This record gives sequence, structure tokens and C-alpha cells, in this order.
Amino acid sequence: MTARSPLTPRRFALTLLGLLAATALATGLAAWIGAAPLDWSQVGVEGSNAAAVLWDQRVPRILTALLAGAILGMSGAALQGLLRNDLAEPFILGVSGGAGLGSALATVLGLASLGELLGGFGGALVALLGVTALATRHGRVRPLDMLLIGVIVNAFAGAALLLMQALVDAATVQRILLRLMGSLSADPTQPWVPYVLAGTAGLAAVVLARSAQALNVLSLGDDTARSLGVAPDRLRLLLFVVVSLPIGAAVAATGMIGFVGLIVPHAVRLVAGPDHRLLLPASALGGALVLVLADTLVRGLEPVIGTELPVGIVTALLGGPLFIALLRRTSGGG
Amino acid sequence: MLVADAVGFRFPGAAVDAVADVTLTMRRGQVTAILGPNGAGKTTLFRLLAGFMRPTSGEVRLDDRALTSIRPAERARLVAVSAQNPERPEAWTGLEVTLMGRVPHLSGRQLENSRDLEIARAALERLDAMELAGRPFGQLSGGEQQRVLLARALCQDTPVVLLDEPTSQLDPKHALTVARVCRELAADGRAVGCVLHDVNLATQLADVVVMLKRGRVVAQGPPRQALTPERLIDVYGVRPALLDHGGRPVVVFHGDG
Repeated sequence: MTARSPLTPRRFALTLLGLLAATALATGLAAWIGAAPLDWSQVGVEGSNAAAVLWDQRVPRILTALLAGAILGMSGAALQGLLRNDLAEPFILGVSGGAGLGSALATVLGLASLGELLGGFGGALVALLGVTALATRHGRVRPLDMLLIGVIVNAFAGAALLLMQALVDAATVQRILLRLMGSLSADPTQPWVPYVLAGTAGLAAVVLARSAQALNVLSLGDDTARSLGVAPDRLRLLLFVVVSLPIGAAVAATGMIGFVGLIVPHAVRLVAGPDHRLLLPASALGGALVLVLADTLVRGLEPVIGTELPVGIVTALLGGPLFIALLRRTSGGG
Repeated sequence: MLVADAVGFRFPGAAVDAVADVTLTMRRGQVTAILGPNGAGKTTLFRLLAGFMRPTSGEVRLDDRALTSIRPAERARLVAVSAQNPERPEAWTGLEVTLMGRVPHLSGRQLENSRDLEIARAALERLDAMELAGRPFGQLSGGEQQRVLLARALCQDTPVVLLDEPTSQLDPKHALTVARVCRELAADGRAVGCVLHDVNLATQLADVVVMLKRGRVVAQGPPRQALTPERLIDVYGVRPALLDHGGRPVVVFHGDG
């Protein structure tokens, strides 16, 4: 294996174009595959059954998968860099506990799906920003404190969630569990969900793109980053706030889809190197690609096994072994 | 010219100042070495001089401007720092780590250009580290990592260069390389400041030594004048013998004071 050269425009463009092509192919495949065969001659016909299935069900679902995947991949890469920790992922900083608790609270209060969405979003934001605030002392965000407090908040919220479930009736428990497992299927009463995902992801993408070089420098440690003109504490605060919005939106809309935010950035790093200028956009595309493929598998399997598997189960069952294989091959060859 | 004017620093909640009333001048064209035993406040003073912390009293000035009033992005083009305990960016190659020294000079460009690459390669070359360019940082030995991190600071190409214990993990040959590079940087007209552990390295490369004891300056001047036996006993608490090696003092510590 020849040594990797520093990032060049050529490598940047080729990597992203390759991922873009793969994601486009996967998107086409996702539109093709579904529970029922689609009469493609009819999809342009207003009011036809085929048009309804494609435009009201498949397209919003595929969009949600692409956006949620991009959010998880991108924010996972950003958090691993910010916290300088390989185990960081979008849900680690209290997000899974906060979102689960917020959404379940809305369910218990008898609120409809909009209330549950907002509850999940609010819970995730409160947890993420609360963890950031608790780990900040004298204006300094302490990464290791953040991870520890995040783990504890998740555990605490998990216990509170179990307590809540012990106190309510079986039907409510069932509804809470279904929401926790999450799904990418489009909720026809909330057609604006993909727009919120796109808006929050877009904002985070712009800020992260401007911070990519600062994230690179941060890998040398806080003092060296300071000497190179980066203010590490300000950078962490800004980026935690900015990525918490799309993470909160994704978790409220699609539930806890594990592994994508942890594994996609690592896989991209193994192939494309650690430079955030490439790592961040490549992780966004990689996350979109992985989640759209996983959801296509879920929809393809539905008629065969008679039920819709939670997509998070597919990402974990397939992603785990594939990643370990990639890790062993790369470290063995390098 | 980097000047500390009656600089003091006390950590929040501490009873005494970690650095007290330090006045020193790091001139262009000179190498200034900061010496002192463990816990004398060397690294605290270093971080104050680098602008990483605000002094609790006094002021650090860079060419008559308060260091803390200079924006970090501009300061990065004026002062390069090699800190003592950086993180280990394991997955980056030696050349990629070195290239990060160019970040303050990119001014809006997204990618480094061929000139940046040339500067980074020259910096590695200068520290005899060219063969580390393509190797992952995580696979390098401590001394090899230290040379790459020093190349990173050189690559920043600034009028002031501050190095904290630049030779702590280097073998004699590479320690001498670093000493020579420090002299060359001063000869270029830069102000070079080093925190040093090794008294003899200071006598070899420094024009001025500053001796710290419990956060205060106890001696300041050319090595010959500042490093007297009485002062070495006072500061380090061990008895030295001063030998002469071609006009340079060589200090051998050999017993309790």
C-alpha cells in the first residue's frame, strides 16, 4: 500500500462523486422496490394508484432515509472529531434517553403524533444542551466529562422511561415501544418532516463545512489548536448546538437508528483518511447510502416475512459484521 | 519581540501564584531558554507567553501590542508554538500533520497548494524527518512524533517560535539537529523561546537564559553569567561542577547541595 498523499482536489472530487453515484443508484433501487409491484406507466397519471404509492409513500420515505442517514453520518463524524473519541456517536450525549423520554411523555399525556414528534425533538435538545452545559466549567467544555455525563443521562432517562411504562396500560406501552424502535415510513399527517430534516441538516452542513479545517487542527490537542488560531471551547459550543438540531429532528422523526452514526464515519476514515474536509461530506453521503439501502431491504423483506423490521435492527445486524471485516482487512494490509 | 511585563498567574482557588512578577524579553535574532526545576512554573509561563491563558497580573506584549488583544487567527501568523502534551492524531500521516502548520496562512483557501506542500516538506527535511512523511503518526516512536510536531511548528513560518521541551524524547543526534535549527531560526531574525530541562542544551543554544524558581525569575542573562555554581545549587538543590568545553560551560550535577 502506498502512502496516502495529503488531500488533493482530485481525491476530494473522485471520492464524493463515487459516493454520489452509489447513492443515486441506491435511490433508484429504493424507488423500484416495494411491498407491491408498481405500474411505472401510470406514475405520471394524476390520481392513479401508482402515482399515489410513489409520490405519497415511497418518495417521502426515501427522502427521509437519505436525510436521516446523512444527518447521522455527518454528525457522528463531527462528534468523533470534537470529542476526540472514536466511540462518540450522535446518540451518546444523552440524546437517545432524552428523545425517548420526551416522546413517551407526549404519548402518556395522550398527545397525537405531532405532540410525540415535538416531545422527542424537545427531549433530545434538552438532553444535548443540558449535557453540554453540565460539562462546561469556566467557559471550557470538557470532552471527557461530556461523554460521562451523556452516558449517565441516557441511563437515567432509560430508567425513568421504564418507570413510566410500569405505570401505564399495555396499549400505551405498545405505542411507546413502537415509537422508540422507530421507522422511516412516512406519516401522512406530518408531510413537513423531510423539510425540517433538510433545513436543520443544511444549517449544520454549512457550519461544519466552515469548521472542517478547525476540526482537523483540534486533533492535535487544544493548545496546538489555539496556536493555530482555533478557539477550541468556542468551536465545541458552536458545533454542539448546531448538530443538536438535526440530530434532535432525526431522532424525533425516525427513532433510534443505531450504528450508522458510529460506523459510517469510521468506514469512511479507513478508506478516505481522517481529513474532515473530505470526511464530513463523505460521511453524510455514506450515511445516506447505508440508510437508504437498509430501508430498501426492510421494504423488500416486508412481503416475505409479513412484518416491517425496524430499520435500526438491519443497520446493526449487517453493519456490525461488515465493519469488523473492513477494519480487519485495512489494519492487516496497512 | 515578545515581552513579559511583571506577569503573574494564579490558578483559580490556589493559595500562591504559579508565576509571579516575571519580566523578560525575547528578542528577534536570539534564542531565549527558560530553565528551572520541576514545578517552577516553566510550562505555566510558556502558556502565558503563547497567549493560551490571560495573566492574572501584568501583561504579555508582542511588538507593543497586548498579546490577548490580538485575534487568534492573526496571532497564529505571528507566534508558532510546539506544546508539550499534544494529542496523538494517530491516523494522520507525518506530512499531513506538518501541513496543519499552514492552516493560519490559507486565508480562505480550502486546500493547501503546492507551495504549502513545499514548505511542509522543507520543514520535515530540516528536522531529518522526511522518511516520516508518509507514515501514520500513530505508528511513529515518541521521538519521531516529536520531530514531526516540531516540523509542524516550523511550517507555520512565524517571527516568534516557542518550543516547550523540544528535545525531551530525542536521541543525541536529533537533539543537536533541533539545537542547530533553533540557532538558524534566530539567525533568520526570529525570536526563539524554549523551555528546557537540560541545562547543557541551554548553554549550547541560548543567547539568554531565564532561570525560574517557584514561579519567580532568579537569574536572567547570557548562560555564562546566569549559570553560576551558587545559583545552580540554589535553584536545583544539587551541587554542580562547571567544566569548560571549548569556551562553553558544561554542567555536571554530582551530589546533594
